[in-house]
Amino acid sequence: MSTGDTFLVLSAFLASGVEFVEALTIVLAAGLARGWRSALAGLGAATVVLAVVLAVRGPALTAIPIQALQRLVGALLHVLGPQWLRKAILRASGYKALHDEDAIFARELAEAEGAAHVERAGVDWYGFTLAFKGVLLEGLEVVFIVLTFGSAQGSIPLAAAGAAAALILVAGVGLAVRAPLARAPENAMKFAVGVMLTTFGVFWSVEGAGADWPGSDAAILGVLGWVVLSSFVLVRLLRRERLEAVPV
Amino acid sequence: MRRLAAFGRFWWDFVIGDDWLVAVLVVAGIGATAALAAANVAAWWLLPLAVPVVLWLSLRRAIRSA
Repeated sequence: MSTGDTFLVLSAFLASGVEFVEALTIVLAAGLARGWRSALAGLGAATVVLAVVLAVRGPALTAIPIQALQRLVGALLHVLGPQWLRKAILRASGYKALHDEDAIFARELAEAEGAAHVERAGVDWYGFTLAFKGVLLEGLEVVFIVLTFGSAQGSIPLAAAGAAAALILVAGVGLAVRAPLARAPENAMKFAVGVMLTTFGVFWSVEGAGADWPGSDAAILGVLGWVVLSSFVLVRLLRRERLEAVPV
Repeated sequence: MRRLAAFGRFWWDFVIGDDWLVAVLVVAGIGATAALAAANVAAWWLLPLAVPVVLWLSLRRAIRSA
């Protein structure tokens, strides 16, 4: 497996994993508060919609010339990556509260328990729509990740394999513990995803713009190192600045 | 119409996120890289160099507005 392929699988795994953890929290809240029948119906319906989107959009993307695709995907990831990194750096330096899956779960659960009971087609409508919307939105992000990463690197199956591995892991652990994955290192995962997205974004944007990398695919490692170094320097600078601003 | 607006908002939030300046600077950087490459000048270094600069500017904006 080449450097690019390894990065592809790892990036798809991490980025999809973050989305699956968030989807799991919503489905658990819907299931525990409104009953598993409606939550699982919502999960199933969203999965069908996502499968249709994947079946329709997947082949269409592979028909686009690779350089045009790299230009488009590179620009998209280059915009997305720094947004993730920005939040991760703000969290790591203490300027933004850490993402707390337990708190989100408690909030979702309280809202779901307080909602009125309306039954449609034999399922509790609130539980169904909560699970459906949560899985659909997080799932659309996973579809986007798999299609864009996979098509720009020339292998949608490899990206899908990374996402599938994340799904199996998150669903398996979720089924076993029946609780939000609060112990999943989500903040560290988000930092890593931001780094990966930015690295791929820079790499493909440069290729898409018609410039050549010295060392070809191996340059990804150099870009990765640079993005990691820049991010840690920024975290340290901001952390120091924040601590100096706190009155003693 | 409401669904269309919600769909548009989803993609705006997903891609552009909290700071539109990042998108503007990235697109400008890609344009500059393409222009250099078209003029047969080595251009691979420009976007990596832009990463910490874009992040720093965006982080300062985030901290100022907090």
